[in-house]
Amino acid sequence: MMKILKRFYLGLILLFLYVPIVVLIVQSFNAGESRAVWEGFSLTWYGKLFNDPNIMKSLWVTVSIAVLAALFSTILGTLAAIGIHAMRKRPQAIMLTLNNIPMTMPDIVTGISLMLLFIFTKVERGYVTMLLAHITFDVPYVILSVMPKLKQMNKHSYEAALDLGATPMYALLHVILPEVMPGVITGAMLAFTLSLDDFTISYFTTSPLVQNLSTLIYSQARKGIKPTMNALSALMFVVLLLLLLLVNKRSSKQE
Amino acid sequence: MTDFQVPIWGYWLMGIGLAAFIVMLGMYIRKNRGFKRPLFASPYVLWLVIFTVIPCLLVAYFSFTDPAGNFTLDNFKNFWDSNFNARKAMDQEELNMYLSMGLTLEDLGLARNSINIDTLVFSLWMAFLCTAICLLLGYPAAHIMADRNFKLGPTLVILFIVPMWMNFLLRTIAMMSLLEDNGLINNVLEMVGIGRQKLLNNTAAVQLGMVYNFLPFMVFPIYNVLNKMDYKLSEAAMDLGCDHWHTFYKVTLPLSVPGVVSGITMVFMPAVTTFYISRLLGGGKISLFGDLIEAKFLSTSLQEWNVGSALSLIMMVLILLSLGLLRRVDPEGEGGGMV
Repeated sequence: MMKILKRFYLGLILLFLYVPIVVLIVQSFNAGESRAVWEGFSLTWYGKLFNDPNIMKSLWVTVSIAVLAALFSTILGTLAAIGIHAMRKRPQAIMLTLNNIPMTMPDIVTGISLMLLFIFTKVERGYVTMLLAHITFDVPYVILSVMPKLKQMNKHSYEAALDLGATPMYALLHVILPEVMPGVITGAMLAFTLSLDDFTISYFTTSPLVQNLSTLIYSQARKGIKPTMNALSALMFVVLLLLLLLVNKRSSKQE
Repeated sequence: MTDFQVPIWGYWLMGIGLAAFIVMLGMYIRKNRGFKRPLFASPYVLWLVIFTVIPCLLVAYFSFTDPAGNFTLDNFKNFWDSNFNARKAMDQEELNMYLSMGLTLEDLGLARNSINIDTLVFSLWMAFLCTAICLLLGYPAAHIMADRNFKLGPTLVILFIVPMWMNFLLRTIAMMSLLEDNGLINNVLEMVGIGRQKLLNNTAAVQLGMVYNFLPFMVFPIYNVLNKMDYKLSEAAMDLGCDHWHTFYKVTLPLSVPGVVSGITMVFMPAVTTFYISRLLGGGKISLFGDLIEAKFLSTSLQEWNVGSALSLIMMVLILLSLGLLRRVDPEGEGGGMV
């Protein structure tokens, strides 16, 4: 009896978590515009989605920013992790604390503080500012992915390379990098997904003219949900889910 | 667009800072006779200073200045009384004239207005309620899944983790479409014969959205701790004569505190700062502290921006304080937060 009750409880909670998502995805395949009536299976809304210039433009913004942010934050973060790892205790602690700030601060405050920076320096908000903001919140996660790999590495191989006549750059590229590569790739993928996923910080660091998918969905949802948005949300959900499953599989394999 | 006056010393400071950074870099290289590994972090140090430290200082700077750039505490006074600035902006002689004519501040719409504080208190209350509900719903779920005899447990946990990865915005929109006037719930209600109800745009909808969004963040850390717990401890308690309830109360619950603390952190923090959940499910009628901050920065008035910065600073301090408090309870961070 107790057992059935327990399972029933778990089932209820899972139902609560999944019903909205499933309904959203099912609705995106509804032929009619009405949410009340099921008018048959169709891909109309997906077709409309890909013919909507606004959505296509913001899709381009989202993906290109995610790629660029992942690229830059991976380079910056990997270098930083290597540097921080070699620091003495005190500066290392300071750096790790500073590195934690963007992760512990609420997104809305990070977004606003960056917005103030851009306004203060008279940089017009748009594509570039959004990219800079994304790099800023991505780097800490790259560092967190690379750090454990550095700790596993042999401490002396870098110095050995230098003693044998390698320049610091050569040692970095040919000794350290190959060893920490799995962490670097996990970090890059994490950065890419976080950037695809971000809403709040993008919302404050861009102008209404340059929107990514999240800010576009937000601005349209306030006017009421259209079926194309269901299709868009369903697509984004599936893509992000697959990406995260991939990242998670990688990081669990590493452990 | 609003036009900030950048004080000239602002530019000077930036220049001096950059120069100091380069000089320090040079000195470090000289002192160590060449390139040392910590230098690989130098680009990021510069990046952190420009994009994390300076923006935080800017929030503080705008909180303590007026639009002209003079030091002031008005923004915080305005937090206490949202009509403070309006009253101050009014011509004092004119104000006195009105008052001598027998009009009160209420009549002029300038009386003390505590909307900012009220919203903050309301936000904290909503976040507290959300955390409590998540804990009440999530703890039993985590406990059931962590049971060693429940073979399906580890599989089901994955089902709880998946929504954690999903975009908050998308999840909120999914909830929104469910609660809509012609959404699924209303259709079912109509079919059953209860008739359509207004489910959106009220406090309950916002609370539901918050619980829906943050519940997985409570379940996962608690499950993690319970799962790692030595099951022999509770078996020993049973052998020594404890009943189920006492075993739970005296052994399991105290041992799961780190997970609970971690869960509370992960639910309470985003719940206090959210603004789109209330916007989408509350239809602009329910305002949380996050909405208040957002609204200030959507305004074209410079003064509102200063007030908004003060509100952000207050939120930042609040978050840091509660984080510090929670760290004290769980210093090792055993709960293990993110996936």
